[in-house]
This record gives sequence, C-alpha cells and structure tokens, in this order.
Amino acid sequence: MSRFLYELIGLSTGVMFILALKGLSHPRTARRGNLLGATGATIATIAVFFYSSDGRLPLNNLGWILGAIAFGLIVGVPAARKVQMTAMPQLVALFNGVGGAAAALVAIVEYLKLGQIAPTAVVIATVFTVVVGSTSFSGSVVTFLKLQELMTTRPVVLAGGRFVVAGTLVATLVCAGWVVTSLGTTPLLFLAGLSLAFGILFVLPVGGADVPIVISLLNAFTGLTVAAGGYLLDSTLLIIAGTLVGASGTILTRLMAEAMGRSLFGTLFGAFTAKPQDSSATGEDRTVKSGSPDDVAILLNYARRVVIVPGFGLAVAQAQHTVRELADLLSAKGIDVVYGIHPVAGRMPGHMNVLLAEANVPYEQLSEMDEVNPTFPQTDVALIIGANDVVNPAAKTTPGCPIYGMPILDVAQAGNVIFLKRSMRPGFAGIENELLFDAKTTLLFGDAKASLTRVVSALKAL
Amino acid sequence: MEVMAIISIFTLSIFVGFEVVSKVSSTLHTPLMSGANAIHGVILVGAIIVADHSDSELELGLSLAAIVLATINMVGGFVVTDRMLEMFKGKGAKGKSSGDK
Repeated sequence: MSRFLYELIGLSTGVMFILALKGLSHPRTARRGNLLGATGATIATIAVFFYSSDGRLPLNNLGWILGAIAFGLIVGVPAARKVQMTAMPQLVALFNGVGGAAAALVAIVEYLKLGQIAPTAVVIATVFTVVVGSTSFSGSVVTFLKLQELMTTRPVVLAGGRFVVAGTLVATLVCAGWVVTSLGTTPLLFLAGLSLAFGILFVLPVGGADVPIVISLLNAFTGLTVAAGGYLLDSTLLIIAGTLVGASGTILTRLMAEAMGRSLFGTLFGAFTAKPQDSSATGEDRTVKSGSPDDVAILLNYARRVVIVPGFGLAVAQAQHTVRELADLLSAKGIDVVYGIHPVAGRMPGHMNVLLAEANVPYEQLSEMDEVNPTFPQTDVALIIGANDVVNPAAKTTPGCPIYGMPILDVAQAGNVIFLKRSMRPGFAGIENELLFDAKTTLLFGDAKASLTRVVSALKAL
Repeated sequence: MEVMAIISIFTLSIFVGFEVVSKVSSTLHTPLMSGANAIHGVILVGAIIVADHSDSELELGLSLAAIVLATINMVGGFVVTDRMLEMFKGKGAKGKSSGDK
C-alpha cells in the first residue's frame, strides 16, 4: 500500500484511540469505547504488514513475527480471561510493565541497527525510551509483587534510602550522557540496568494503599516511551497514541490521588519523611469485644438504618453474593440498607463497584463516600466487612502515619460498629486501627463469607 | 518527518489527552487506566517494524521478545478492560436484579 494510505490508516487509528478514551470516561459508553480502541489497535497492527518504506513485501522474518504474536496471544488472552476480578489490579500493572519493556527493547534494537550513524536527537530519544521503559517495567513488577502480597505491602525504606535513590538517579543520568557521547552498546546496557534498579528503588518506599496511584503514573510513563519510540521509527500513530496515554494517564494519576486525598509527592516520597511509627502505644493485651453471629444478627435486626462498608476482605472471600443476600433480607424487614463505597475500597478506585456489580447489587444502593458520610450519625449499625484502612480514624488523628490525610468513611459516628474480620492483623497499609478497641465496636472473627452466612441464618431464625 | 510537524502532533495530543479524561468519575478510574494501558500496547506496531528491519540474530531475538510483550500488553489489556466493564452492564436495568430474591 502507498505511504499516503498507510499514514491515513495511522491517523484514523489515532482518532479511534481518542474516541476510545472519551468513551471510557462515561459509564454508558465505556464498553463501546474499549471495543473501539481494540478495533483501532487491530487495524493498525494489520496495516503494518502491508506497508514497507522501500516497497518490499512481505516483511522480512514474517514467520517469526506471526509466531511471536501468536505466542503473545496464547499468554495474554487466557491471563486476562481467567484472572479473578480481585487480582485484576496487579494484572493491569503487569501488562503495563511488559508494555514498557517492549518499548525499551524496540529502542535498543533500533539503536543497535543505527550504530555510529545515529543523530544526536535520535540517541536522546533512545535514551529516554530505555530509561523510562525499563523504570516502568521494574517498577510495575514491584507493584505486582506488593499487590499479590508476595512481598511486604508496607513501605520499604532502605538505610539512607533517599541517598540510594538519588545516587541511582544521578548514575542513570551520567550513564545517559555516556551513551550520547560514545554511542556504544555497553553504555546502553549499563543504562538499562541502572534504570531497572531505579524503577525498583522508586516503588519500594510506596505504601500498599498508594500502589494504585503509582501504577497509574507508570502507565503514563509507558505512554511517553511509546511516543518517543514513535519518533525513533517515524510513526505518527505511535506518537499520537503514546502522547495521549501519557497525558491522560498524568491527569488520571492526579484525579486518583485527589480521590484518595493524597498528594502525588506525598505518595512517592512520603515514606522518606514519615516518622517511624510509635508501635509501643498499641499494647498487645488491649481487649476487644468479640461477638457471636447471633449478637450481630440482633444488632442488625433492631436497626433502622444499616450502612455496609465492603472492603477487600469481602472480595477475597468471594462474599459479594452472601452480602447481597444479607442486604436483601434486611431490606425485606423494612431496614434501610446502603453500601458505603470508599473511592479506593478494594485495591483501586472503582474496584469495589466492579466487584459488587458482579454480584448484581442494585446500583442505587451503592453510595459514594461524600454522600454517605453525613448520614452516619443517623445510622444505627455500620457493618464493616473485610475493610480496615478506609475506616481507620488514624487517617484523621495521627499525623505521620502512612494513610494520614486520606478521606475515610466516618463509621465511628454510627450507633454501633461491627467489624467482620479474619484476624486482628492490620490492613493493607499496615496500621493499627483504634476503632477496633472502641466500646461500641463488636468484632466477629472469621472468613467474611463464612461469618456472613452464619449471620444470615441467625437473622432468619430470629 | 519534519521536526516541527512532530512537535505539533505531540503538543496537540497532550491537550487532547488532558481534555478527554478531565471529568471522569472515580468509579471509572480503574477501567480507564486499564484501557489507556491497552492502547499503549500499540507499540506492537513498532516492534513489528524493527523485527522487519533486523539484520542480526541478536536484533531479531530482541524484536521478537518485544512483539511477544507488546501483544500481551495490547490484547490482554483490552480483554481485561472489557471484562471489568461487562460488570457494569446491568446497572441501567433498575430493580431487575434486586427483585429475584
């Protein structure tokens, strides 16, 4: 096909991506938007097989290329299809990471090919792609490990952490200068290695609850590397698509940080400045009031208004359906039931909405934090299922704790507070919750689904 | 490509990117991020181009690795986003699901 036609297809694909992002920002059009994006990406991929700058077709290494795509499909599609909705954030992180790695590899190959004749502007774009792509890759792997709880979810601060990070950054920049001046292969490999290390060091100090913001930021980074890759390969489409993702990703990162009441700076560097936590204040022998399923059922039965606060523990136990059964039962008794959804309940903004929608919870029962907070004083029972950090008053009262400043659901204002918890283990952010020791708090220990089932049968027996 | 043309495309794309997502509700943050994530998987196009240009085994090997990774990013990203959004589909049909108990 002619260069003109190829470029025209590229431009149309770019427009489809814009419309896809536009569609994805509205509930009604979101799914169509995503399908439009997928269609655009497919068209762009097919078009590249029918165009080459010197008119020579088919492409070299065609068999290899098709084989590699098939292999990617075999890995990617089942992973995306089979993943539990609860584990979806870390899968998105991983997809983002491999995208960053792909962009870095593309830049490295192009650099190897050009060798000593590469113009300075091209080398600078290569350096940018390799640095940011590698950082995005290793950073995403760390976020994956944190979300999958394969490593600690607490902020990891190395001794002299900020100096190590700053030192790595300086070394990376020096190495980048070395690549630009010497045009060698060895400096480029050093650069990739340093960038991988920087990505790891950059994400390690981020606390578990802030990981989604970092994933979003790394997503924007990968977008920019794709744009730089587009410059290297003279592809308008890659420039448009990459820049779009970079720009929208940056805005999205800011919106997410705002929804969680965090500043981006605080998220990334908070762990370096936070004072060590005073763990002695939380004496191990403090008593909590633990109740039976019958106690919980009685509290619920005589309530007029119940707010259910679902958290990640509910999702892990796959208790969405049981909680809906409980809510239906209470509604049938004339009790006013709403779900109070914290913006970051689950692991990411909107994650809990997805999980509850999966269980067919009616949309009008889902109440956002700003709507539900003023109603807690009129609420008889706040039923907290597998959530902890999003109701932890430490976010308001303890400056310096990792979640300080995050808006929370004011469940302490309710008449009674019931926690369904697996154990006394602190939440994802790793902070003790004072509310657990409050006099109006009742705890029911156990797996969320098992506990709820027992409460439901106790309630039916009343 | 003309340098000025590249800078123009880049600048305009930034503003379009800012504009399209500026008013999104927190419910859609996760799907939107995941969809944007899938879109940058279009680096697959770049990976195919460099695989075509490769003249050594090293270059070809690295390009093929890039193709595999980019395919996973793109296809996996769109599929998982679709699965997330599928969950939202019933919410227009009010009361339909709450009445079947």
